[in-house]
Formats: sequence, C-alpha cells, structure tokens
Amino acid sequence: MTAAAIQVKGIEKSYKDLHVLRGVDFEVAPGSIFALLGSNGAGKTTMVKILSTLLKADAGAAAVEGFDVAAESLQVRQSISLTGQFAAVDEVLSGKENLILVAKLRHLKNPGEIADDLLAQFSLTEAASRKVATYSGGMRRRLDIAMSLIGDPKVIFLDEPTTGLDPEARLEVWQIVKNLAHQGTTVLLTTQYLDEAEQLADRIAILHEGRIIANGTLAELKQLLPPAKIEYVEKQPSLEDIFLSLVGTGTGTGAGVQAGSNESVKDRS
Amino acid sequence: MSTHFFADTSVLLGRSMRHIFRSVDTIITTAITPIALMLLFVYVFGGAIRTDTDNYVNYLLPGIMLIAIASGIAYTAVRLFTDMQSGIFERFQSMPIARSSVLWAHVLTSLVANGLSLVIIVLVALLMGFRTSANVLDWLAVAGILALFTLALTWIAIIAGLSAKSVDGAGGFSYPLIFLPFISSAFVPTETMPGPVRWFAENQPVTSIVNTIQDLFAQRPVGGDIWVALAWCLGILVVSYAFATAAYKRQIA
Repeated sequence: MTAAAIQVKGIEKSYKDLHVLRGVDFEVAPGSIFALLGSNGAGKTTMVKILSTLLKADAGAAAVEGFDVAAESLQVRQSISLTGQFAAVDEVLSGKENLILVAKLRHLKNPGEIADDLLAQFSLTEAASRKVATYSGGMRRRLDIAMSLIGDPKVIFLDEPTTGLDPEARLEVWQIVKNLAHQGTTVLLTTQYLDEAEQLADRIAILHEGRIIANGTLAELKQLLPPAKIEYVEKQPSLEDIFLSLVGTGTGTGAGVQAGSNESVKDRS
Repeated sequence: MSTHFFADTSVLLGRSMRHIFRSVDTIITTAITPIALMLLFVYVFGGAIRTDTDNYVNYLLPGIMLIAIASGIAYTAVRLFTDMQSGIFERFQSMPIARSSVLWAHVLTSLVANGLSLVIIVLVALLMGFRTSANVLDWLAVAGILALFTLALTWIAIIAGLSAKSVDGAGGFSYPLIFLPFISSAFVPTETMPGPVRWFAENQPVTSIVNTIQDLFAQRPVGGDIWVALAWCLGILVVSYAFATAAYKRQIA
C-alpha cells in the first residue's frame, strides 16, 4: 500500500476573525503513528475535528482512507474513530454499558462479548459494572480509548490523549498507542508534550500559527538544528524517575516504555 | 445511513432512559413543584377563588400539568448540554450513525419523562378529589394535546441545549414558560382580569390548551378552542424545529 491513510492539502479554517488554520498540508502513511505537535491554540483540535467530519474546512481538501472528508463523510466515519480531548464517556452508565452502547451504534453482533474482551484487554473487568463517575482519570481514558477501538477502525485520532493524566496512566496510554500501531492501525495524535511525540511518533509535524512549519522523522527534525555539541552534565534523576521508583512500578522514564513490549497494560490503581 | 435511523435512535433512547431511571429524583423534582402549587391553590387560595365549578381541583389540573411540562423540558436542555460538554456528542457525531438520532433520542426521552411526571400528578390530583367522567377517547385526546405541547416545547429546549454557554443558561430559558399558565385561565377565569392582562391571557397559547382539557375532563363539548390549541402547538413546533435544526447545523458547520 502506497496511498496515504490521511491526506491534507491546503486546509484553512477561521472562526469569525480568528484565522486558525492557514493552509495545512501533510500526509500520514498507513499503519504509522503521526504526531501533530503544537502549543495550546495552535489549531490541533480544529484539524482533528475537520478530519473526523465534525467541522467543515473553509478551503482545501482532506481525505481519510481515500475518502473526501466533506463529500464522503459517511465513508470517512466508517473508517475512523475519535478520542477527543476530554474522555467522551457516559458518566451515568457503567464501563461495560458504555462499550455495549458504542458496539450497538456500530451495528455489531454480540456487543456483550466485544465489551467483555475490551474490558479484559484494558484491565477494567473488575470495574466493569461500576458507574464511570467513580473511575479515576486513567481508567476513564482507558475506557475512552477502548470505546474508540470497537469496530476495528483503520484510522484513530487521539486528541491530546495524555493531558491531565498522572505519569503512570500516561505510560499506559503510550503502550496502548504503540500496540495499536503494531496491529496496523494508523494513529494521528496531537500533543503539546515534546517527549510524547519523541517517544511515540514515526513522524512529527509541528503546527504553529496555522501552518506546518516542520515535518519529518525525529532524526530529520534534529538535523534542522546545528550539529550537537558534546557537553558533560551530571545526570540528576528527574522528579518523574523518583516518583515512579517510589511508587514501585519499576519503569523509569525511558526504559519501560520502549517499543516492542507486548505486555498488556496493567491496572495499577 | 438513514436505514439505521430507528435502530440508532432506539439505542440512544435506551441510554437516556437509563439516565432517567438512575436519577429518579429528576422525575420527582419535576412533579413536586406543580404538586406543591396544586396543594397551595386548592387548600390555601382556592376557597377565595370563584370559578363557577364546585370542584377547584378539576379546574386547576390542566394548568398544573402544563406547568409540569414547562419545567420538565428544562432537564432535556440540560441533558443535551451535558452531552455536548462531555464530548460524547462529538463521539456520536464522528461515528457512522444516523446523525439526527442523537437529537431525536433526547426528544423522545423528554416525552417519556414528562409523561411519567404527569401520571404522578394525576394520581395526586385523584387523591385530592379530582374526578372526571371522561371516557377512553377523551383521555386519548388529552394525552395527545399534552404530547403535542411537550413536543413543541421540547424542540425549544433543544435550541437552548445546543446554543447555551452554561448549564444555568441551558435550564433557565424555561422560567418564562413556567410563568405563562399563571397569566391564563389555568388558575382563575380570565373575566376577572383588567383589560390588557385579560387580552393577553385570552390570546396566549396556554389558555386555549387549558380550556380544551378542562372541557374534555368535564365532558363538555369542546368549542373552537381545540383548533386554536392545536394551531398554537403545531405553530410552535414548526418554528422551534426549524430554529433547532439551524442551531444544530451551526454546531457542525
């Protein structure tokens, strides 16, 4: 497959006088993880909303899995799943009921079975029948992502998936995203955390003031800067290293989250 | 894919009905204020009110039911607003479902929830001495008019839920609607009111609806009021549906 899973050409979008996107271009290869990096208000969410058919662009064209987001929005919606900035879960329903709800709306057979499988996969089986209102932020995000996996969408949009999560929950989400890409799902994630893009993405695009100002692999982006100077700096443990070793999860910042570990994410809460 | 409209709507209706049955307090709250008003007017003010009827509960019940509906639809606006805030609305909109199902599920939920509140109110009214010789057809006519009134106001609630900026804003639009029955024939005959107030009372939608339901309960022949009532309900329904659709389109534009 050579065709891009996501193609964006000259997308523009304004809210009244506010020119949020001023001609955005990028492509995402199938099965890869693509990070859209930018500060708050850079237009990341607007871009995701246009790609997930929630907003119409003012100019330009975008296609997902070869379907135009404006003209063939239904086909696009059949190929994608959106995990928005705030966990889009139903607080009043239980975790299992949330999953069954989505499975039914996707017109799948055996919604109950699908729900049980995902609950097990995301270590939510024990909490399955509890109201989501009682869940922790990490559990809520895991359920949110689990809901997005129902129906095996080819492309998943994750809009700031780790914002507001504690370090452990953040590592869990990273592992989930890596597993998704291993299974061949195309992932477009937005983030304002540089280390997140560095850890996860095959390609990184920097969105700034409505335009993509850089786009490439981490190595390519590094070449944009003058060659590295070697300096010797005493290595101090970061607060995250200390926190993680004290709470005993045994995963330091880098080491535990390298790609390739196929261990399913465990509920440590 | 419109072929899934009914399946999707019923799945989403099931979801909101779970919300209602898990917070039964909303149904009770909706019913309790109208019941308190009914007690107040029957046992405190009622003795001093002349209505040409020997049973003031009979006279009062239709207006009380309309107040219950006007306050009940505020919850529909709040439920829709909460969905929009939590992001679950966007999740539904990004899925391959019939998009209008999301709104229709809220509308149908409003009909069921208000229906339940009205049943509670009628049961309390029966305890307070409400009596009617209305037959099944009359009851069906009453239910039909109340359902149409609920539907019309619910679409106003949908506009509020879609365009509100805060929960208070989403719920607050209903206060003027709750007040309308007071300036109508619901509590006292309009003949006692001074000129301009009387003119307003006699020409606003609630009076014709109240008169129609009073006539149906009392087994009197319903006059032209029923047509005026139906015209008001349908008119409000068409206009609010158009505005709600426009507000919805703005959300996804």
